[in-house]
Amino acid sequence: MKVLVAVKRVVDYNVKVRVKADNSGVDLANVKMSMNPFCEIAVEEAVRLKEKGVATEIVVVSIGPTTAQEQLRTALALGADRAILVESADELTSLAVAKLLKAVVDKEQPQLVILGKQAIDSDNNQTGQMLAALSGYAQGTFASKVEVSGDSVNVTREIDAGAQTVSLRLPAIVTTDLRLNEPRYASLPNIMKAKKKPLEVLTPDALGVSTASTNKTLKVEAPAARSAGIKVKSVAELVDKLKNEAKVI
Amino acid sequence: MTTLVIAEHENGAIAPATLNTVAAAAKIGGDIHVLVAGHNIAAVGEAAAKIAGVSKVLVADNAAYEHQLPENVAPLVVELASAYSHVLAAATSNGKNILPRVAAHLDVDQISEIISVESGDTFKRPIYAGNAISTVQSSAAVKVITVRATGFDAVAAEGGSASIEAVSAAHDAGKSSFVSEELAKSDRPELTAAKIVVSGGRGMQNGGNFKHLYTLADKLGAAVGASRAAVDAGFVPNDMQVGQTGKIVAPQLYIAVGISGAIQHLAGMKDSKVIVAINKDEEAPIFQVADYGLVADLFEAIPELEKLV
Repeated sequence: MKVLVAVKRVVDYNVKVRVKADNSGVDLANVKMSMNPFCEIAVEEAVRLKEKGVATEIVVVSIGPTTAQEQLRTALALGADRAILVESADELTSLAVAKLLKAVVDKEQPQLVILGKQAIDSDNNQTGQMLAALSGYAQGTFASKVEVSGDSVNVTREIDAGAQTVSLRLPAIVTTDLRLNEPRYASLPNIMKAKKKPLEVLTPDALGVSTASTNKTLKVEAPAARSAGIKVKSVAELVDKLKNEAKVI
Repeated sequence: MTTLVIAEHENGAIAPATLNTVAAAAKIGGDIHVLVAGHNIAAVGEAAAKIAGVSKVLVADNAAYEHQLPENVAPLVVELASAYSHVLAAATSNGKNILPRVAAHLDVDQISEIISVESGDTFKRPIYAGNAISTVQSSAAVKVITVRATGFDAVAAEGGSASIEAVSAAHDAGKSSFVSEELAKSDRPELTAAKIVVSGGRGMQNGGNFKHLYTLADKLGAAVGASRAAVDAGFVPNDMQVGQTGKIVAPQLYIAVGISGAIQHLAGMKDSKVIVAINKDEEAPIFQVADYGLVADLFEAIPELEKLV
């Protein structure tokens, strides 16, 4: 079974971003970039499926700038077999990314596509569901467990009230939640080997996909700052403040 | 201009987040219709008809919609959507699951987790874990939007008298099926609707120690939450996680116990009215957002707090 994994290059999760002075966006100059944490979990799940003998080939794809090749190489070092970069310097919406991924799905015909549930930059939580809609596939979002058996996959999902398990007919789309697995680190020999693995570069034009958007970002601002309050010296003082000053208990 | 709100419901009752979503629809203006999709949900439809400001309730009662499988519910919404200027759902695990599928079928970009309505086509939403607020304008014929409940004060659940209309459309894609569900059972208020939330982090050390928080919460009538660190460590189940990728809460009072205050956690609770932090590390970042900070050993502070409130 062929597994396709989509990964996104994003600002590293430890970076506290700053809004640009002209309110046009956040300042990403000289900021550390990494693979989106949920995408790391997606790669790890695919590698585990291959180790179990369920997956036979792992293709990793990213939609983004030339520099996203770094994240694709990371995925190759973690165990993906080959990579595809759909190169675009523009900031694309989730729908545009889903359309590009659909074109890659049509080309590659994977049985399972694994994506992160959301990217920690745009926080959209849309791409996997949109890809599922465009491909006409079933979706198992926010997965904490994935079990392939025959021509279906059981996905346990993290939902607001607890956990839900659904059975999806393959081919299907899975998006990962935090508890699905703990991603490994790439070993040095594997990082060296990854440099020799194939990495194909495509363009939206070559895939015949329009990336036009119905959304326009008018401005990006810093959130209202919350200032630190006071330190109380004792539990008694805390209770007094909550009762008589804040009046919340 | 008419907005369709997709109702969130569980166990035959309207979920509170639906009332916040209707509030967002009211800010947009125009008529508000509510879609209730499910199976054996006549009572939910009647409850939806009482929500203040709603003029019509559409009830799609079919076994295919029982478990809100997105493969079946999204085509239903798509079929109805052309009559509407906006389609709204709460940014719950269910809304997030279904709505992007609707947007893709309609070939429009979705706007996720709005926290304010600037006008009929312009909305604000947090990005980068709430470290930036983006103002987004949509040119889509049907604007597809999920609503962060904490951004909008709930409308009244009673007082309306909407008409109720049955929708006969049955969509069963046959691609997915429900297997099982494990729902957390709790007598405490729901995390996202509670007026007071007590949350524990890595500092709790183990799951058993959460009993101290439960006792305190019961005395305060509070819900209990947790940081990602506490959930990842297996202290408590995932449905208790507050943060960027967990639940977003904004109660009157948020008490963070043994939580350091990672950006991702702050993203889920920094809109709370009053924040209390109890942590033995006085350098913990949580103190930078706390109205009242107490540097103390939580195992001494919590029992004392429980006695005094």
